[in-house]
Amino acid sequence: MGGSTHQTTPVSSTAQVSSNNMKADLPFSFSLKTFKLKTKQQELLIRVSILGLVYILAFITRLFSVLRYESMIHEFDPYFNYRTTLFLTENGFYEFWNWFDSESWYPLGRIIGGTLYPGLMVTAALIYWTLRFLRFAVHIREVCVLTAPFFASNTTIVAYFFGKELWDSGAGLVAAALIAICPGYISRSVAGSYDNEGVAIFALLLTFYLFVKAVNTGSLAWALASAFGYFYMVSAWGGYVFIINLIPLYVLVLLITGRYSMRLYVAYNCMYVLGMLLAMQIQFVGFQHVQSGEHMAAMGVFFLMQVFYFLGWVKHLLSDTKLFQAFLRVTLTCTIGLGGLALGVGMASGYISPWTGRFYSLLDPTYAKDHIPIIASVSEHQPTAWSSFMFDFHILLFLFPAGLYFCFKRLSDTTIFIVMYGLTSMYFASVMVRLILVATPAMCLISGISVSATLKNLTSLIRTKSKTLHTASSKGTVSAKSSSKASFDQSPPFGKNTAIALLVGAFYLLIQYAMHCTWVTSEAYSSPSIVLAARGAHGDRIIFDDYREAYFWLRQNTPQDAKVMSWWDYGYQITAMGNRTVIVDNNTWNNTHIATVGRAMSSYEDEAYEIMRSLDVDYVLVVFGGVTGYSSDDINKFLWMVRIGGGVFPVIKEPDYLVNGEYRVDKGAAPKMLNCLMYKLSYYRFGELTTEYGKPPGYDRARGVEIGNKDVKLHHLEEAFTTSNWIVRIYKVKPPSNRW
Amino acid sequence: MAKLSTSSSSTTTSDAKALFQTLRSAYSATPTNLKIIDLYVIFAILTALIQVVYMALVGSFPFNSFLSGVLSCVGTAVLAVCLRIQVNKENKEFKDLPPERAFADFVLCNLVLHLVIMNFLG
Repeated sequence: MGGSTHQTTPVSSTAQVSSNNMKADLPFSFSLKTFKLKTKQQELLIRVSILGLVYILAFITRLFSVLRYESMIHEFDPYFNYRTTLFLTENGFYEFWNWFDSESWYPLGRIIGGTLYPGLMVTAALIYWTLRFLRFAVHIREVCVLTAPFFASNTTIVAYFFGKELWDSGAGLVAAALIAICPGYISRSVAGSYDNEGVAIFALLLTFYLFVKAVNTGSLAWALASAFGYFYMVSAWGGYVFIINLIPLYVLVLLITGRYSMRLYVAYNCMYVLGMLLAMQIQFVGFQHVQSGEHMAAMGVFFLMQVFYFLGWVKHLLSDTKLFQAFLRVTLTCTIGLGGLALGVGMASGYISPWTGRFYSLLDPTYAKDHIPIIASVSEHQPTAWSSFMFDFHILLFLFPAGLYFCFKRLSDTTIFIVMYGLTSMYFASVMVRLILVATPAMCLISGISVSATLKNLTSLIRTKSKTLHTASSKGTVSAKSSSKASFDQSPPFGKNTAIALLVGAFYLLIQYAMHCTWVTSEAYSSPSIVLAARGAHGDRIIFDDYREAYFWLRQNTPQDAKVMSWWDYGYQITAMGNRTVIVDNNTWNNTHIATVGRAMSSYEDEAYEIMRSLDVDYVLVVFGGVTGYSSDDINKFLWMVRIGGGVFPVIKEPDYLVNGEYRVDKGAAPKMLNCLMYKLSYYRFGELTTEYGKPPGYDRARGVEIGNKDVKLHHLEEAFTTSNWIVRIYKVKPPSNRW
Repeated sequence: MAKLSTSSSSTTTSDAKALFQTLRSAYSATPTNLKIIDLYVIFAILTALIQVVYMALVGSFPFNSFLSGVLSCVGTAVLAVCLRIQVNKENKEFKDLPPERAFADFVLCNLVLHLVIMNFLG
């Protein structure tokens, strides 16, 4: 019963809450009174202005990185996206679609058009072309830098409408405000973080919202819109697999719980058929929707829906239940038999490909560690620690269960959806750090419900008490009546003072959240990671711009067709900024090729020379943090190179590089470690350098030890360039000597 | 008939007959516009089946062509069923939806479907 009264009053009581909040803001309420607006209009004005402020807030909070550093592209993958966008704007769409890139994966090359999700680049290019058309002479880099914040702003609008659909407009507003500054989302969408996720979260939430809307209305038009949202998502990010599995799961849950409705049939089938067809237009996805194991759940549910509908129809026609029972038995056996047969044949004939490693590693977190080192090596694929949950969600972590409680209390098709989205994405978030991003919208929406519902209950309590004391004011008599009814329904166990205390507590929590988010954004998530900042001895800021120094050197001082070998992390940056051909890059599609590089790095110099000759390598680039104390350098990544190299070439054995299972670079290090190529290239001439006062020369500040091999001699390579802080070191591979 | 006999005892044939008879008599009460949609759906499903059989005999080489052919039929059928649900007066869930709106949605979805199919046909 409580549920039904809630449903009838949302608009009026939200008006009450918002106007209550606004009373504190005196000048604003004055201006409202002078306008002589009705309560409804006031409420609308307040809602729109709050939404507008949230929209702006979401954008400007992501600009910390531009203020602290400059308008630049961050990290690794965004450089590839930037390079492709540049290509797209310069050469047009068809050239882009058919682009064969010979600058990466030398000598294999890469078919760019068929191996990327073009959504992000096309979006940025469209924005760029629009601005150009409107005579704004922007550079494409600025567009790319600001794409992610812009889409984050749009996400808040979608979150508002989603929250409104889920609960009421109050919950929508709270959810929009929460998602605007939630660190879990900001981590991927600060200005300059020009990556697929920035657009994809918007697309994800939009698809879910439109689908829920379609389920609620049973309208083909909404289902069509949701199919388009899905299409955008597929074009933007590989995470679309989450949608194509979550929605069938949701439908299945509704079927099992007996909530099947015609609306669901219309929404799901239209969305599935059209969404699948649209998704097939993306070259990279292609026929996966009918061929890969990850997408089979959706197809199975599609057929199940048809059977369900057909059975329902026959049942409707037949009045005799006994006859229907017999019919049901026969049809069910036939369908299950046929479905099982089709699946079995598909699997056995290899027509349906089995699940990919990434998918397995999601379902079984230990899978990647044992089978695919290249997935396990990426830091953002690690299981999530509790601290990072706390860091990224803060109070949402506590509000989430409360929101779940409210959702279960008012169970509907929509709340079931958000509960399922929340629970599944929480699971994925705990398996992989980067998937916290997917869970963020659900967390914000569910927390928005809990905050809004709690605040509404408390304020209505306070207001009804004051109404009984004072005479009712002219405005809000209707809402007072309805809210008093609601409060009688709930029969609160505490008085007005407790309610005020709780309200103050809630606001304190929200303020804490806002402060935490701002702090996290400015301190942790706004670093471009291509320019490093550190605090000097006197508290001043020191900027290390070594990466760009090195890439610029490459661009200026090496031949046009030079091939650069580095670990795959730096591949995208070298091609984008250095404009030189690389052997491997961050699109880790060919494990063997990466393993070859890993093998070269972990072999002795003369063996490595053979490998580098066979790959036509002209320059070798290593990243070294021993001078600056930069810890994510190649020496610290080296064990992964050994593991990945050893996974393909058994000559490389991990124990050769360890001493008693311990990884060290000082005097006690393993002899193979002290003489492998990576060690030599990193520590060449390092033994002559005093890095820290009071320490012997050759003191590695990143690892805090004195290095073991100070006398590094190179025979087949020569030092070409070392940046001012030694972070990037480039070596030239000498041609073979022409004398015996 | 053969399928039915596997599940029940000797009286299956008569049971099946009775089933079909009741079905037919119940179906005859359906309004004509729904019957037309049903015919359309059956036609679409049959076309899809013919294509699948053809694919099984000849092979699925231009796979996109095959897929677009079958999906066009399946999509048509599914959309028509959706239309049927929406215009059916017995469905209380769609009381507020005027049939004109339902038909407009249907036409829109079909338009998108077949534009995409044309692009995909190769």
